[in-house]
Amino acid sequence: MRNSFADEITQLAKEDKRIVLLSGDIGNKLFDKFKEVDPARFHNCGIAEANMMSVAAGLAMSGLRSIVYTITPFTTTRCFEQIRVDVCYHEAPVIIVGTGAGLSYADLGPTHHSLEDLAILRTLPGMRVMAPCDAVELRLALREALKGNSPVYIRIGKKGEPKIHNTTPDFIIGKSITLREGSDVAIVCAGTIMTEALAAADLLHVEGISAEVVSMHTIKPLDDAYLVKVAGKCKLLATIEEHGVIGGLGSAVAEWRSETNSPIPQICFGTPDEFMHEVGSQEYARKKYGLKAGNIASVITERYKSL
Amino acid sequence: MSSIEDIQQRSRTLRSRIIETSHKASMPHLGSCLSCVDILSTLYFSVLKIDPKDHKSPLRDRFILSKGHGAPALFQVLAMRGFYPESWLDNYGEDGGIFAEHPPTPCYLAGIEAATGSLGHGLPMGLGMALAARILNQQYNVYALLSDGECNEGSIWEAAMFAGGKKISNLCVIIDFNKWQATDRSQDVLALDPLADKWKAFGWDTVEVDGHDIYQLQKAFSNFPSKTGKPMAIIAHTIKGKGVSFMEDDNNWHYRIPNEEEVKKSKMELGINQ
Repeated sequence: MRNSFADEITQLAKEDKRIVLLSGDIGNKLFDKFKEVDPARFHNCGIAEANMMSVAAGLAMSGLRSIVYTITPFTTTRCFEQIRVDVCYHEAPVIIVGTGAGLSYADLGPTHHSLEDLAILRTLPGMRVMAPCDAVELRLALREALKGNSPVYIRIGKKGEPKIHNTTPDFIIGKSITLREGSDVAIVCAGTIMTEALAAADLLHVEGISAEVVSMHTIKPLDDAYLVKVAGKCKLLATIEEHGVIGGLGSAVAEWRSETNSPIPQICFGTPDEFMHEVGSQEYARKKYGLKAGNIASVITERYKSL
Repeated sequence: MSSIEDIQQRSRTLRSRIIETSHKASMPHLGSCLSCVDILSTLYFSVLKIDPKDHKSPLRDRFILSKGHGAPALFQVLAMRGFYPESWLDNYGEDGGIFAEHPPTPCYLAGIEAATGSLGHGLPMGLGMALAARILNQQYNVYALLSDGECNEGSIWEAAMFAGGKKISNLCVIIDFNKWQATDRSQDVLALDPLADKWKAFGWDTVEVDGHDIYQLQKAFSNFPSKTGKPMAIIAHTIKGKGVSFMEDDNNWHYRIPNEEEVKKSKMELGINQ
């Protein structure tokens, strides 16, 4: 996914002279082609994310389009006040990209996990929050973000994530993409955990449960219209995200249910309120937290049959 | 360019207005405002290439009050420079107004380049603006006024390293070095000295001046942008509460609000009659 980001932003930089890429001393060789396009528009800001975010705001306030790129916790929690004050308060159209989001870097330990970024970024006025499910959505998200004139946060995976979209879907920020139609259960998913959502839908099909699968690539603004529609059709709604259950996609959907008095029951799949102290791969971490297709399908089946 | 005498007179008027507003609107940070008045009047009346009638010009110089708590001083100097009528300041601090303890965002008030107040943000944002000039091949300069206490913030030194390393030569930092921060001597809170050497070590040209001497300030600004290609840090030695004998170097005036009698005495010392 990060290679697709580098490729797409390089293409965009050729087309749009306003694009300036700031990186926090990561991506060795990743941006060599971007630098060939225009070395003046790439800056390695060093391991100094607070300054990098403020510089991005200053660039954006001067007519440029700055993109900030580093590992997710360092471009979100590390410099949250700079995002809040310099980017959002000033309505500076900065695009913040967090790589290795969720449990992508599970084996690097909790310093590199990012299970609260969606929650905190969602609280900021004017900030749009996105979690594309694959490289196709990421490329589209970048292009759409550049068309707008307000801050955007995009969390992405690391590398080698499977492609979900075989064709280029219509992509609008704040409008979900239905990957599979269904009538019993709606699986609303954000981010690269989509592979598990789709696999879970296959397992549910075997159980005789028809599951709709949706890429809710934009967590804020949330696609309320889709939720209204699906709540009138399905009996159960499940949200899946590689993020804590506090404050992310599941919470956003729960807020919508509360605001609209929607009677549809919801299951939130996400990580619990804890740090993962043992070592493990992303697969291990997903399994530990019940985010693999098998567990998702069995929890949904049990709940669905009890309705 | 205004004469030194003219700028000195403007500083006296500004100090008087700041003190009156502090009394009327119960606005704190009086000492911090008075220490930077001469720097502001020198910049706004003899250095900055700005036009209040064309305040969004892409080629304008940018001034950022990184020490955002000096806003009561900035608001007065912007009015005096003609960005908005001085009468706007009559309802300073009123509910629903725009003039608060810290500057608003630029779209809410002409002349403001950045909303500051959380320390350590203004310089890095200004650095971004200075870098933008280089990328866009524009000729403007960026000035950021910092407090000595603000140099506690790590982000100041992140920005200092970036600007020094990349030789952002159109960036000028002025440090209102009044030797105090909110609750103590700045040197006693964190190891600040040797302040000029620190900036120098980070790759900046540095100069130390008396921050109340208009001539010295103008001379320092006249050497910016530096021929060395480095960013410039002007360490301006100042006195907190400058201009009023009973406020000078007394840190109680970081938060204290002057009463009617004190306003009268201040104005008499400043030679302001109205």
